[in-house]
Amino acid sequence: MLSLITFSPLIGVAAALLLRGRTDERSLNAVRWIALATTVFTLALSGLMLAQFDAGSPRYQFVERFPLFGGFNYAMGVDGISILFVVLTAFLMPLCVVASWGIKERVTEYMIAFLVLETLVIGVFTALDMLLFYLFFEGGLIPMFLIIGIWGGKNRIYAAYKFFLYTLLGSILMLGAMLYMVALTGTSSIPALAAYDFGRTEQLWLFAAFFASFAVKMPMWPVHTWLPDAHVEAPTAGSVILAGILLKLGGYGFIRFCLPMFPDASIAFRPLVFALSVTAIIYTSLVAWRQTDMKKLIAYSSVAHMGFVTLGIFAVNQQGLQGAVFQMLSHGLISGALFLCVGVVYDRMHTREIAFYGGLATRMPMYATVFLLFTMGNVGLPGTSGFVGEILTMTGAYQASTWTAILAATGVILSAVYALSLYRRVIYGTLQNPQLAGIADLDRREWITFLPLIIGALLLGVAPSLVTDVTASSVDALITDFASNFSDGTFNDPRI
Amino acid sequence: MIPASSLAEALGLAAPELILAVSAMLILVGGAFGGRGSSGVASLSAVAALIGAAVAAAWGDQGVAFRGGFIADDMAAFAKAAIYAASAVAVVLGERWLGRAGNAQFEFPVLILIAALGMGMMASAGDLIHLYVGVELHSLALYVLAAFQRDDARSSEAGLKYFVLGALSSGLLLYGASLIYGFAGSVRFDDIARATAALEGEGTGVLFGLVFVICGLAFKVAAAPFHMWTPDVYEGAPLPMVAFFTTAPKMAALVVLARLLYEGFPEAVDQWRQVVLIVALISMAVGAFAGLAQRNLKRLLAYSSISNMGYALLAISAGTAGGVEGLLIFMVLYMADSLGLFACLIAANRAGRSMENIGDFSGLSRVNMPLAVTVTVLALSIAGIPPMAGFWAKYFFAFQPAIEAGLWGPAAFGLVTGVVAAFYYLRLVKTIWFDPAPGEADVPPLDAKLIAYASAIWAFPVFYVVVSLIEPYAAQAGRSLGLS
Repeated sequence: MLSLITFSPLIGVAAALLLRGRTDERSLNAVRWIALATTVFTLALSGLMLAQFDAGSPRYQFVERFPLFGGFNYAMGVDGISILFVVLTAFLMPLCVVASWGIKERVTEYMIAFLVLETLVIGVFTALDMLLFYLFFEGGLIPMFLIIGIWGGKNRIYAAYKFFLYTLLGSILMLGAMLYMVALTGTSSIPALAAYDFGRTEQLWLFAAFFASFAVKMPMWPVHTWLPDAHVEAPTAGSVILAGILLKLGGYGFIRFCLPMFPDASIAFRPLVFALSVTAIIYTSLVAWRQTDMKKLIAYSSVAHMGFVTLGIFAVNQQGLQGAVFQMLSHGLISGALFLCVGVVYDRMHTREIAFYGGLATRMPMYATVFLLFTMGNVGLPGTSGFVGEILTMTGAYQASTWTAILAATGVILSAVYALSLYRRVIYGTLQNPQLAGIADLDRREWITFLPLIIGALLLGVAPSLVTDVTASSVDALITDFASNFSDGTFNDPRI
Repeated sequence: MIPASSLAEALGLAAPELILAVSAMLILVGGAFGGRGSSGVASLSAVAALIGAAVAAAWGDQGVAFRGGFIADDMAAFAKAAIYAASAVAVVLGERWLGRAGNAQFEFPVLILIAALGMGMMASAGDLIHLYVGVELHSLALYVLAAFQRDDARSSEAGLKYFVLGALSSGLLLYGASLIYGFAGSVRFDDIARATAALEGEGTGVLFGLVFVICGLAFKVAAAPFHMWTPDVYEGAPLPMVAFFTTAPKMAALVVLARLLYEGFPEAVDQWRQVVLIVALISMAVGAFAGLAQRNLKRLLAYSSISNMGYALLAISAGTAGGVEGLLIFMVLYMADSLGLFACLIAANRAGRSMENIGDFSGLSRVNMPLAVTVTVLALSIAGIPPMAGFWAKYFFAFQPAIEAGLWGPAAFGLVTGVVAAFYYLRLVKTIWFDPAPGEADVPPLDAKLIAYASAIWAFPVFYVVVSLIEPYAAQAGRSLGLS
């Protein structure tokens, strides 16, 4: 089942390859439909898996395993945390395909790159072998490099290089740590390694190496600088994938590797993580406020939101972890939608300059409504999914460190500052730019992309238990395991 | 190992060598009578001879012959099979290429056969004399191959450079060998091992000699700081010859180095490990940083091979059976990548001219998609990006044994230089996919195209199936050196 879900996008790749080299409009449309059908098929499969998933059990389910070479196994499985990311990925991909319907240049290659990327990203979440995880984790760089580099904006080559080398440097250190762990324990299975007791010094070094990789991927301040560049240059659907899914790999990695494998180090590094998270929340919010490019603004806001995620993860308690997972899912929907919103006006006007716009509400009332909804989600308005994630992570962080939570709370205000000011400058006011006079409102295709996101963001906002019920038992088991590494069971020190 | 009891048995152990030597002479005689037109038949016979020799090496008897000078064990069998296979590919690539260049001659397959003969001797060498004879035999053939395009000044220059520096390295090797013989009293590896164990700390002279031998062999594998000849020779020599230079001879030199170190100096691991590690680390750094400045792909691949030799030497310095196993698999995967990349270079032409500069590849994805994908896969593979074979070769097979032996510092260094080196492979990918195409590419020749496709499919995904089949043999080979 899991292998089928992971590799089902490759069916579409094979089909698209048959139409390679044909450039007439009919075959291009066929390729688009193939890509859409494949992604919808994957979504259906993952929905089926979610329906069969036993949320009451913290164990890995749908496990598949067979040995390959040198003690390295092909092992897959999902628990309550990773299954939601699989579903999120499968959910966003069809929307990306629809959003990319207007791509004119090298359509076949574009769709193939996206489908391959989908396989690799789902593989990251389903891998139960550390080296297999790395394989997917790192392999995802290649299609993303091509997506940014071929279909990106003006400065795309610089952004593609920066994206690739930045993340490669981070993950190569993680690879070193992984090889060391394999040498030490003789296994690369994730559950086995989570049960292994690493010495304290080892934990500190290994944690640092994993941290280097996941912090870049997350991205945490100050290693976030690749993100705005990559976002600005990537095509709209590329930004959606980047913000919606690729950024979640870092947080997922923290939950899957750092907490269960290096508990002592996680606590030792916690003050650093908290400090970086709070800095990210406050500093990048302020940076976002001063941006003149819409995509850059949203990219910086992503960094700030990811700050909440790291806060929640390293609080290591029920609320914090649940909140972190929730925040990642919700951010996947909301930031993805926001990038689509930018894409809507960019497709029409070919600029993302905030100053170029203004007063769009008069010409595009539908668009203004949709944009408002997601802006509110970004701010964290109760009723949207953004609120649940923020409140949970902050509650969790409050139990771990009062001051951190208080400082992080300012981020809520700051996010309102930049998000609302963006909204005001683009949507409200009078329509002064004559070029905007003829701008059209959302068309049917755009509605199709937005509708599922609107439903998702509101549904998770009013019924967060949809997510938390699935994650609960896995998160509980994780925390119990984590606490069992400390003799007195207390690792929370509110003074930090 | 059972010593051969009779001459017939000894010759039976050397069957691969005999096959190669006899067919080389037969082809030479046949070619002399057949004239220029016979190059096709000559190449075909050479390929057949190489395949026959590989079969004889893989399934032949094992034992020691010629007073311990010639060893036929699992290690030799594995290395010979790989070396002969790479040589056969080189014969195919070279014959077609020379034919297109109007220089098809029957001497070419003969030279490759003689080189393969020498390399097989190196893989089987059990004493310093056999080692030296093998090194010289294959080197002399390689010098001629480098200068094979007689009318091309650059090719002649490459041959001369290769010869002069190769002779220097042979001198170093001989000097070191004579020192070892002088202090240990024997040229046989097992006697040397006994002698060095008995010397106990008084073995400075032997180790001094060993350092010279390591340096001499480092010349042959083009490991820094003995790499100076590599970029120049690779740039000047004809493409299929360079494809050959980067693969089989390196395998042979690394295998003989491993055998010398592991069988001759098992007690002195801590001493020789330092030397090998230094060479490995410098190679990784030089290969990564100097490669950044290269625009010519042959020079670039020269630096790429230098850094890859660093990884191979890191596996050797582990000093364990796992290290040898890792070395062998690493080299097989590296040879597949390297042959594939050179096949791509042979396949990619524009207006009759070979695409030798990175810039020539711009927009290849728009004019020849399959070739573009092939180059991309192979470049990423050799850069060590998963899921390609090169990733496993480098990190799992070359680095992992070193880390298990406690060498995590050098391994970490290698990881970081790997990121630097990734940049120049990535530049090739960028040029192929992002840049505009200046014009149509020529239709690639069939032989080069097929070899390139085959190695790309090997790099992903065939490797995943096949590697578990060859791994037991490599592990056996590692154990055959008497290590744990």
